[in-house]
Amino acid sequence: MQPVTQVSGTAYPWGQKNVDTDVIIPAHWLKTVTREGLGKGAFETVRAKPGNIFDDPRYHGAPILIAGDNFGCGSSREHAAWALADLGITAVVAPSFSDIFSGNAFKNGIVAVVLPQAAIDRLLEVAQDQPVTIDLETMTVTTPYQDRFSFELDAFRRQCLMEGLDEIGLTLARDTAISKYEAGVSEHRPWMSGERADASTLVESAGRT
Amino acid sequence: MSSQPLTLYEKIWADHVVERRDDGTCLIYIDRHLVHEVTSPQAFAGLRANGRSVRRPDLTLAVPDHNLPTTPRRDASGARLPIADPESVQQLDALKRNTREFGIDYIDAIAAAQGIVHVVGPEQGFTLPGTTLVCGDSHTSAHGALGALAFGIGTSEVEHVLATQTLLLSQSKTMEIRVDGTLGFGITPKDVILAIIGKIGAAGGTGHVLEYTGSIIREMSIEGRLTVANMSIEGGARAGLVAPDDTTFAYLKGKPMAPKGDDWDRAVAYWRTLPTDPGARYDRTVTLDATNIAPLLTWGTSPEDVVAITGTVPDPDSFADPAKRDAARKSLEYMGLTAGTAMQDVGIDYVFIGSCTNSRIEDLRAAAQVAKGRHVADGVHALVVPGSGLVKRQAEAEGLDRIFVSAGFEWREPGCSMCLAMNPDKVPPGLRCASTSNRNFVGRQGPGARTHLVSPAMAAAAAVTGRLSDVRDLVTA
Repeated sequence: MQPVTQVSGTAYPWGQKNVDTDVIIPAHWLKTVTREGLGKGAFETVRAKPGNIFDDPRYHGAPILIAGDNFGCGSSREHAAWALADLGITAVVAPSFSDIFSGNAFKNGIVAVVLPQAAIDRLLEVAQDQPVTIDLETMTVTTPYQDRFSFELDAFRRQCLMEGLDEIGLTLARDTAISKYEAGVSEHRPWMSGERADASTLVESAGRT
Repeated sequence: MSSQPLTLYEKIWADHVVERRDDGTCLIYIDRHLVHEVTSPQAFAGLRANGRSVRRPDLTLAVPDHNLPTTPRRDASGARLPIADPESVQQLDALKRNTREFGIDYIDAIAAAQGIVHVVGPEQGFTLPGTTLVCGDSHTSAHGALGALAFGIGTSEVEHVLATQTLLLSQSKTMEIRVDGTLGFGITPKDVILAIIGKIGAAGGTGHVLEYTGSIIREMSIEGRLTVANMSIEGGARAGLVAPDDTTFAYLKGKPMAPKGDDWDRAVAYWRTLPTDPGARYDRTVTLDATNIAPLLTWGTSPEDVVAITGTVPDPDSFADPAKRDAARKSLEYMGLTAGTAMQDVGIDYVFIGSCTNSRIEDLRAAAQVAKGRHVADGVHALVVPGSGLVKRQAEAEGLDRIFVSAGFEWREPGCSMCLAMNPDKVPPGLRCASTSNRNFVGRQGPGARTHLVSPAMAAAAAVTGRLSDVRDLVTA
């Protein structure tokens, strides 16, 4: 993952509340087996209407999206984050995010910034014709009008973003601790290793006959 | 050991901490991982690209559900019928290939055990109390019905779990949802969860793990609890728990993948230690008196847009929040509804009985009770889609399929079907569906489709009357 320290530029001043992941990327786009090319389907139902914000030339290619409460609610599809990234969006600012979406966003280098509604209202106004800057070092959102809004960010997520860390690689390095935990489970909760599925109802069972 | 009283969530969390980082993030062990065809291909590709293997294939189970057409899968001679959509075929083939390559048990589309991943887990006994269970699907919260800490994850997390059997997580806040009272005649677990979401809102549970408590939850069957926990995510909560009890143990005993013999006894002894201790504190408690709930349904395009079947389409101006007023106006336009219209005057075109929320045997029995001796109204297209091959087999043994078919419903093969518009079962643009699924989002059941979320009995009532109807007028106590 590419390190992210700052996102600066035009922002879509959308402000829409309860934007669900079916709106970000409808299900028929989910039949892909790769992460690429989903920008074409991003906000498809919104973009079907003339005069929509995503096809407004003023905001074309904006790296920031300003939204309302509960952004990314609904389905766990990471395709929503992939679609935003493919559209060129690397930061979303909203009063709240769904927990699953926010995790997916960070894993794809998209910064999910939580600010109070009053700050969002101000940014929606400024972003009509001015750029916005999100800085991970200072954890602030600023505008050319000297607005300065501080935000909080989970320390680990911030570190992963700023250093572009490979989370799986980090965890694999903890192999000894994981093996030790597994040994404890085998001793204290032996049933956890589990019965395998009834092969007669499976058709195919891995490594078994 | 501290003697501080703990909640069910805190106990499960504590038993799964592999390591705690200085910043408070914990490496949490994952006991069970369900995999389906839509959110896994990129995860397997990631493993392959980095030369990584699956750490615990024995704790992983794969089944296709989202893409599968629900029309017959074999011809008269038993040969497998082809799937028309090449993209679906590509994704389904990828799941089969990936599970074979990485040594994961795979339930094939034509296997008796096949079904919706959240129906399969509990009925196989793969889902167990006190476990951490994940799946690349937000309705994984369903498994919380058995006292498992179960939540949906994205594809990067699917890859992380496949490679390491862990996830890096921060502890959530806790919210108790206590439901007491007495359920009236015709009121089902679906009505209870719609009432809860109507009360807390679609973002009410964000950042929290819910625990459902109270007499109504204790008296519910596992099927009912699965319906409730399933929709935790529609209230913004990634997970929702029900404490394991004798109902849970009776349900699990003898299930194919549940512990056997001495293991069973040891497991039950452990499971009995899990319920929340007296005096344990939740960050928030919400109470609901279920005594006066009427059959509920949704009127708008968010699951929080809940109204009683005896009510009317709300006036957008009646909402205090300006953003909600605006959203309500857009919802009514999309839904083709006018404020003040009686819900029971709204005609419907489609009925969908199925999905991971409401496709289990009790759901089908409730719908069949309404359908029996009646007929689907003219012009209405009604589908019944069992949640798994085993549910289908049980329903057919009870004769439910014959009740549905003679009433004019279509009796289908198991899958996600009309819940999410990823397979041929879709609601056409501008048409209206009474659906037992979990999401009424714009375009969820197909572009331009209009969804009203209801219970299985209410869906069957809509099917036979051709409009949104109060099931209590059709069935007597």
